[in-house]
Amino acid sequence: MSIDIKDIIKPENLVYQKSRLLTDRVMHYCPGCTHGVVNRLIAEVIEELGIQQDTIGVAPVGCSVLMYNYIEVDWHEAAHGRAPAVGTGIKRLLPNKYVFTYQGDGDLAAIGTAETIHACNRGENMVMIFINNGIYGMTGGQMAPTTLQGMKASTCPFGRDVERDGNPLRMTEIVATLPGTCYVTRHAAHTAAAVRKLKKALFKAFDNQKNNKGTSFVEVVSTCNSGWKMTPVQSNKWMEDNMFPFYPLGDIKDV
Amino acid sequence: MNEEIIIAGFGGQGVLSMGKILAYSGVMQDMEVSWMPSYGPEMRGGTANVTVILSDSRISSPILKMYDTAIILNQQSMDKFEKFVKPGGLLLYDGNGITRHPQRKDINVFRVDAAEEASKMQSSKTFNMIVLGGYLKIRPIVSMENVMNGLKKSLPDRHHHMLPLNKAAIERGLEIVQEVQTV
Amino acid sequence: MREIRLMKGNEAIAEAAIRCGVDGYFGYPITPQSEIMETLMLEKPWEKTGMVVLQAESEIASINMVYGGAGCGKKVMTTSSSPGVSLMQEGITYLAGAELPCVVVNVVRGGPGLGTIQPAQSDYFQAVKGGGHGDYKLIVLAPSSVQEMADFVELAFDLAFKYRNPAMILSDGMIGQMMEKVEMKPFTPRWTDEEIVQMHPWATTGKPSSRERNIITSVELDANAFERFNHKLQAKYKQIEENEVRSEMFECEDADYLLVAYGSSARICQKAVQLLRAKGIKAGLLRPITLFPFPTKEIQALLGHVKGILSVELSAGQMVEDVRLAVEGKVKVEHFGRLGGVVHSPEEVVEALQSKIIGG
Repeated sequence: MSIDIKDIIKPENLVYQKSRLLTDRVMHYCPGCTHGVVNRLIAEVIEELGIQQDTIGVAPVGCSVLMYNYIEVDWHEAAHGRAPAVGTGIKRLLPNKYVFTYQGDGDLAAIGTAETIHACNRGENMVMIFINNGIYGMTGGQMAPTTLQGMKASTCPFGRDVERDGNPLRMTEIVATLPGTCYVTRHAAHTAAAVRKLKKALFKAFDNQKNNKGTSFVEVVSTCNSGWKMTPVQSNKWMEDNMFPFYPLGDIKDV
Repeated sequence: MNEEIIIAGFGGQGVLSMGKILAYSGVMQDMEVSWMPSYGPEMRGGTANVTVILSDSRISSPILKMYDTAIILNQQSMDKFEKFVKPGGLLLYDGNGITRHPQRKDINVFRVDAAEEASKMQSSKTFNMIVLGGYLKIRPIVSMENVMNGLKKSLPDRHHHMLPLNKAAIERGLEIVQEVQTV
Repeated sequence: MREIRLMKGNEAIAEAAIRCGVDGYFGYPITPQSEIMETLMLEKPWEKTGMVVLQAESEIASINMVYGGAGCGKKVMTTSSSPGVSLMQEGITYLAGAELPCVVVNVVRGGPGLGTIQPAQSDYFQAVKGGGHGDYKLIVLAPSSVQEMADFVELAFDLAFKYRNPAMILSDGMIGQMMEKVEMKPFTPRWTDEEIVQMHPWATTGKPSSRERNIITSVELDANAFERFNHKLQAKYKQIEENEVRSEMFECEDADYLLVAYGSSARICQKAVQLLRAKGIKAGLLRPITLFPFPTKEIQALLGHVKGILSVELSAGQMVEDVRLAVEGKVKVEHFGRLGGVVHSPEEVVEALQSKIIGG
């Protein structure tokens, strides 16, 4: 007996549905990259909290520069590294709105270090999402502030030499020391279990804004299979073996 | 009426505030005024000066090269500004600490020993108001009533209890100013 | 009743900002303009009008906070002096590229580098020709009195919102630090959130189901689309040039010789005109109030009787280029100006006109 596909596609058989806050635009991210997963989780969290009308996002410069094409909220596209300052301006003038910034490692932990630290130190009541894959993806694989010792990038082709290049920066641990942050946590998005945990963390981070608790800071340790020159599967394994020991997952601060 | 004044001395002598009170008195008398200070690190204990202009008509340049009046409160300012008094203009100075007195013969010179008088009044804060009194005796360009109104406007409310002392100091200045030479 | 106060130019900017319903000020201290934020913090406008005042960690952060606030349709501003305004150039070009209204005040000091804290007009090129990257223009207003420091805050916001373009008030240490009489305007209330939604449908006020998303951005990766956008910007600047030129004439009707000067230099030149007239030389002063758009036609209209022009600025000669472009070689145009924080006296201007134009 043959099964007709129409008998399967029925509401009672629905197990997953794309968030209605995700647009139909095809994402430009590379296959295997988890930017798309994190974008989706943000859309789901905003939808589930029912705050679409009250949310303003700040996109960075980097691979997620065009992120505003994917989530159905109002957006600002910020200059490189300046998202926390742009977010501050928005939140101070619209204190009842939910504001989030989304930045990569070069944006948040190199060129925008001052903006990151001072927004967290003032305890700007917003969510800061930090995608850390240890490399500059969009510009073609240059060294990032979070590139691991010995890890290769186009501007350290023989591996990061800490004598010459300095040490990889744990920005999340740094902001956790600041009194302005209320929730600082580190996650990944490479397995179903990790994705579920990350979504919970994002939910909590957005919800914190309701209670004016301060800055919620969520790092997502990620891969860049294009920049790392590995397959997605190899990248995930490499991340587990090399990134997680230096950037351990879990809550760092929750007050 | 157009009076172009430079007040110059040490930072801390009340040079800028004296200029401000004079300017505010002009405002009270419905005149046009400008107050242009020297500013920056030199004000922290170094020399300070302020250009004040009171006029019946719109004021053009707030920065000048020559002045109708120079009010000089230390030697450095004497060395710097004596030559910039217009011929026939006024130089008013406090003799305290002055070793080289005015040399020019083509200007009016008056002296007000305000530092000495302020110590007699046992309040160093009255120093600049004694000088102001001396100036107003020679150039009564604003009425005493408007000076007091200007003073009230310039001082924050918490200092308003000082108004009678300031008034007494201005009056003392009116009395003690002495002519050195007139042309 | 008229409210007359004696205040510094910097204080006048702060007071005017509160009174004209500014929503937010973001800044970083730098001499000679720190009194602006100091006055705001003393006045506590958040208690009076709800205005936000925040000391940022840098000028870079200040201008980006302005970008955030401006994108929400709010009236936001920052102020700084030359080195700080150099740091802001990135943010300013993003604001211009995203077509956001805002007001930036530059109380200019002498450069280059850390330079001096004394007054200068050496940031004319940066303000008027576009200090950051890309083909953009700021609307530039040049106050020459403390009254204008106060009045131009509101005017700058009006123009910024009219054209969705950043506006700059180009002042200097002299106008910022001096005190003059100011007539203060009465308070106008800040816009309500509902008014902002009505008036500025582009603003990120939170996306309701009734409209598409609003996106504040200056990125466009399709070159043809971005060329079209650039043409649109240029058309806007053309419109500003046609509609918004402002200037003031002083004794120009019968002038044989013309001084062109803005801001503090214009004050000095006004005195120079008086001194020249006293000597029997028929001099006049044209004071550009808007530096972009520049009063080109106003200068051209005087060329029938003017025999020579001296452009007077506290710089090595920046605005003089725009004067020469206006004059098109029809009469002699020279520059005079002191540099590095030295302010020329009216007498020096008189001498310069005599040696460079009349005798030259």
